[in-house]
Amino acid sequence: MRLVRELRGSRELLINLTRREVKGKYKRTVLGQVWSLVNPLAQMAIFTVVFAFFIRVKVEPGDPSGLNIFAVWLLCGLLPWAFFTNVVNGGMASLVANENLIKKVYFPRIALPISNAASVVVTWLVEMSVLLVVLLVVGGRPLIWLPFVVLTMAALALFALGASLLFSVSNVYFRDTQHFVAIAFQAWFYATPIVYPGFLVEDQSDKIGPIFSDVTLYDLYRLNPMERFVEIFRNLLYDNRWPELDSVLWVLLWTVVSLAAGLWVFQRHQRRLAEVL
Amino acid sequence: MSAAIEIESVSKRFRVYHERNQTLKAAVMRRRRSVYEDFWALRDVGFEIPEGKTFGLVGDNGSGKSTLLKCLAQILYPDEGRLATHGRIAALLEVGSGFHPELSGRDNVYLNGSILGMTKGEIDRKFDQIVDFSGVEQFIDQPVKNYSSGMYVRLGFAVAINVDPEIQLVDEVLAVGDAAFQEKCSEKFADFRREGRTVVVVSHSMPSLRSMCDEAAWLDHGRLVQVGPAQTVLEEYLDSTREDVRVDTEGRVRWGTGEAVVNRVELISGGSVTDTIVSGAPASIRVHFTAREPIERPVFGLAIEAGDGTYLWANNTRDAEAPIDRISGSGHLDCELPAVALQPGSFSVLASVVDESTTHVFDYMRDGARFRVVHGARSESGGYLALDGAWTAVVPS
Repeated sequence: MRLVRELRGSRELLINLTRREVKGKYKRTVLGQVWSLVNPLAQMAIFTVVFAFFIRVKVEPGDPSGLNIFAVWLLCGLLPWAFFTNVVNGGMASLVANENLIKKVYFPRIALPISNAASVVVTWLVEMSVLLVVLLVVGGRPLIWLPFVVLTMAALALFALGASLLFSVSNVYFRDTQHFVAIAFQAWFYATPIVYPGFLVEDQSDKIGPIFSDVTLYDLYRLNPMERFVEIFRNLLYDNRWPELDSVLWVLLWTVVSLAAGLWVFQRHQRRLAEVL
Repeated sequence: MSAAIEIESVSKRFRVYHERNQTLKAAVMRRRRSVYEDFWALRDVGFEIPEGKTFGLVGDNGSGKSTLLKCLAQILYPDEGRLATHGRIAALLEVGSGFHPELSGRDNVYLNGSILGMTKGEIDRKFDQIVDFSGVEQFIDQPVKNYSSGMYVRLGFAVAINVDPEIQLVDEVLAVGDAAFQEKCSEKFADFRREGRTVVVVSHSMPSLRSMCDEAAWLDHGRLVQVGPAQTVLEEYLDSTREDVRVDTEGRVRWGTGEAVVNRVELISGGSVTDTIVSGAPASIRVHFTAREPIERPVFGLAIEAGDGTYLWANNTRDAEAPIDRISGSGHLDCELPAVALQPGSFSVLASVVDESTTHVFDYMRDGARFRVVHGARSESGGYLALDGAWTAVVPS
């Protein structure tokens, strides 16, 4: 494929663009790169106060790890979610933000969304390392699951990249995309068991019964790929056990579909970007 | 000679939107496609750019020359036709694009270099050269947002020009930096030429195109008008930009409004009209004119071009402080040259009569007279000028 061939020749471009993103982001701030950690931690604190303390959401203890700390449980879902939205939001803006570059210089355009994703991966790795340390401190045993965590992270990164490729092109044609996606992400956040456990939805769904034929609300709920990603991350990190096979397959399917669709659309439109921007 | 770039009946269409569905709402509400008209920025353009030549693209604004350059740079893609390029291409369409203001000059050199297609090894090797060329050594570790706009542009230019491509595309960026930096740039382009690189340049500056280009193509409204030796193409293009240009009965190009005209130009040496002058001998150029109506304070001008079109000399009655109060009817005047300091060769004289401000042209005659210069007492080796150089004996130091 043309895209892949182009990319192989521009490894250094990707590295430099990624470095630009990472280094440029927190320049002239006193805390610098620490900011990338402050954000999720602040979110964690807010959500913990609201959902664990005020609303008193109960989560099941990790099985078999026995962990029972809401804040840690929350982070296992919140960090992947934040990563996903950062990749999509940044990638979506990457073409429009680099308009003058695209109009004046030839280089593989796909380097822009990819380097954005790569820069978010860098901060995500730091966040996940911190989470890992926290898990070790509170008595979890995440280390043996680490290889599978890394694989899941890779799958989520590709899934997010595919979506960001799709939206980046869409945003060039319709600037509405970014506003639409912002709202969609809010709904999506609550459609994913990040701040509450998924069994609450299951309980409600059981009370309502099937919506049409034998499809329940919970069946629809589980179509959401982010729901499965969060579940897998929690299984590995918080519970320390194998995720369900069907979740793994579902997530892989979505990753392949998202990436293929993203690449296909990007490939089709990349030549016209300089004209349309 | 093989072609560095082959352009085969290339067309490029832009859509000019009357009502464009730029928002989703517009697309949904109107439930139809945008309303647009096709605008052909390039139409069936085809020519070859030979390897190792400096090639100019000229034309008025909107003629499609920049579009063509962008097609060559792979920023735009032609809708029809074929473009084939042989060799690595680098385009200098804008300098410093992709600089990150918060990063240091050093980081930006690497970033910009890799955007332009250089590898890290290449940049490492050329780093000193780039910094040296830009003249911002002292500030290379400062964030570029602290640079003056001149430094910013110079650093961008220094990176771009050191990409060392086989084919360099340049768009109007020669007017960058101060005089000293411009000098460096033209030296660099001269180097390119000597090294046998192909350079394609778009510019509105006729003098710089004249001095740089071997060949040129002239585009008008997206169509190719002429392609060939730069001298010919540039001249034809320049002539076309004069509204009242015409070719007189003797095949000479002229333009001007005609209130006064130059009838003929004569070269006088040794008391008689001639077309041959001995190098270094005195001569005068006589301009015969007719003023069809009285003209206050006209300015007569003369210029000499070498046989290859190089512009050698010009002089006019205003700058020479020999003002003319008024002319009416016919007459002539002479411009006296105490010594024709030209090497042997053939030359042509251009004559003009313009108004006091030298902006309004009454008549301009190209090729008013042609003359030959032959060897005088002393011979020199070459070039245009006879400076009558004399050597001393060797002085041991």
